[in-house]
Amino acid sequence: MSKRSWLIVTIALLLGLLGGFVWGNNKSSTKTETSTKRLKISVITHAGPGDTFWDIVRKGSEAAAKHDNVDLQFVSDPDGSRQAQLVQQAIDAKVDGIAVTLSKADAMKDVVVKAQKAGIPVVAINGGVDLAKELGITFIGQEDYNAGKAVGEKLKAMGIQNPICIIHEQGNVGLEARCQAIIDVLPNTKRLYVPGTDMTQTKSQITAELQTQTDADAIVGTGAQYSVTAQKVVDELGKTKQITVGSFDLSSEVTQEIIDGKVAFTVDQQPYLQGYQAVDALWLNKNGLFKLGGGQPVATGPAIITKADAATVLQYAKDGIR
Amino acid sequence: MVLKESLLRIRKSAPSVRRSLLRLVKRPEFGALTGAVVLFVFFSIVSDVFLQPSSFVTVLYGSSIIGIMAVGVTLLMIGGEVDLSAGVAVTASALTSALISTHYSINVWVGVVMGLMFALLVGFVNGILFVKTKLPSFIVTLSTFLMLTGANLALTRIIAGSVSSPSVAGLPGYASAQAVFASTIHIGSVNVSVTVFMWIALVIIGNWVLRHTHVGNWIFASGGDVRAARASGVPVDKVKIGLFMGVAFCAWLAAMHTLFAFNVIQSGEGIGNEFLYIIAAIIGGTLMTGGYGSVIGAAIGAFIFGMANKGIVYAGWEPDWFKFFLGAVLLLAVLVNLYVRKQSEKRS
Repeated sequence: MSKRSWLIVTIALLLGLLGGFVWGNNKSSTKTETSTKRLKISVITHAGPGDTFWDIVRKGSEAAAKHDNVDLQFVSDPDGSRQAQLVQQAIDAKVDGIAVTLSKADAMKDVVVKAQKAGIPVVAINGGVDLAKELGITFIGQEDYNAGKAVGEKLKAMGIQNPICIIHEQGNVGLEARCQAIIDVLPNTKRLYVPGTDMTQTKSQITAELQTQTDADAIVGTGAQYSVTAQKVVDELGKTKQITVGSFDLSSEVTQEIIDGKVAFTVDQQPYLQGYQAVDALWLNKNGLFKLGGGQPVATGPAIITKADAATVLQYAKDGIR
Repeated sequence: MVLKESLLRIRKSAPSVRRSLLRLVKRPEFGALTGAVVLFVFFSIVSDVFLQPSSFVTVLYGSSIIGIMAVGVTLLMIGGEVDLSAGVAVTASALTSALISTHYSINVWVGVVMGLMFALLVGFVNGILFVKTKLPSFIVTLSTFLMLTGANLALTRIIAGSVSSPSVAGLPGYASAQAVFASTIHIGSVNVSVTVFMWIALVIIGNWVLRHTHVGNWIFASGGDVRAARASGVPVDKVKIGLFMGVAFCAWLAAMHTLFAFNVIQSGEGIGNEFLYIIAAIIGGTLMTGGYGSVIGAAIGAFIFGMANKGIVYAGWEPDWFKFFLGAVLLLAVLVNLYVRKQSEKRS
């Protein structure tokens, strides 16, 4: 390669990096609605790339950040030890508050205690309510076991006996709790593990499972997009009369399918609210030492959404906030 | 360009100074060192927390997790081969220790030894398969990677009934094992993870073996030209099997740290990490074709990885950019390495 080509390529790469930095830093100059001191808050979840559920949480956090004059950092890693490292970095950066998900409880426990010792207020959202209780921190979310129980009871009321519960994220104690609760209500329930970050693989595995489990009469995804995929598979296999499709969590797609009668119900844990309160509860703590929930978990769900209520929720689901 | 001018200046300066400076520039680590300095300065400017001692320690921790494996993987790559099973081997070794200790409720140190035996077995199997079948190491280790991935998931479910091993905390021997593999050491105002010291020790040993022992010569020879090496009496097969087992030993160390730091091992983790180790080795100047490379370079490569990984978050950037950034840094480092090698070859 000629010397000039070296030069061009190297300069192009350096400019690209520099541009990225400039662009990345030009985000938080929105007008805020409050005059309290600007706080730095980190929300650190276990979200895997491409999981639409967390986009809703993020919208909530961003709305609260706008209202409360907060400099928000919203980061995630599905690997438990790497999520813990992100919390360590927030401690290093001496942020004013940390909101975490505790679904990977064992990996997160030590670093959350470290944050508390460093005097940084911590709240937990979405998953890991047991660890949150143990550490005495506010939990905002849905107790997954309760959500699973609600689903199990609903399925039982519909006369279902052999449901399949799809878990799309390994090691997520919340998803395991949801399925366990269904198993506790309907003992013949089977768990199906799929690679949540790869929808094509997920679809093949659901297909294979439904072809093998010939007496399955329901399939429930623990995440909205997975239920939508499951519904596609049920349709393709021509088993819509035999298999009821249920879901956890909302998305505009699954809401539409409930309206159309393809999916029977879903359980809404109001992720926007979790994201919003993650930031707002910390802001309240910094401005008055308020403790949301007063030591008890703050429930954002479960609420079962069926055809009757789906139509009212649809517009908000399309806006990406429900 | 600046590099050409400084090389010209080197030519004009006193012969002994010129010789030692030229030797520095010719080393495989020079490109990586330049990259590390540039990145360090860059993140120090764009982030106000990067230079804090506690942040630096966090960067070192992130670097050491990759760095420990990068030592073994670099030696293997200099020896001419690659190991795609390195990522899941860590998880497999940790699972072996965890499942045996918890299933029999015995002293975790028994589990630790079993984890080592299993890791070395995986390394030996990789090596012997490679030697006997004469297939490319890419293919051999790709197969073991897939088999280990499946075995991790399946055996954990059979033995523990779930996707993760039961917690080892509270078993006899836990406190001492945690002290050895997962403690932090208080230095001044910060707590440095023991993995950083493991990493440094491995780099010192690896570099010494590579550059100051006949085994090191054998490694270069086996990677550079297998036929010539065999003709000169180098036991190439034994060297390569040994190198695969070296990667396995590093995997065991990384595994023990993960086990005693987090108590529970997720059976699906580790996939994808094998490329991070290779990236650290390549940034450090090691060639994919073998016969050329540096353990110190790989350490710098791991440090660059740590700085990029942590620095992006400290700078408040969108973490989505991390892989893009890493790829760009990798490309830059390789280009600089290539340029430096070409320039120094011209002037020798």
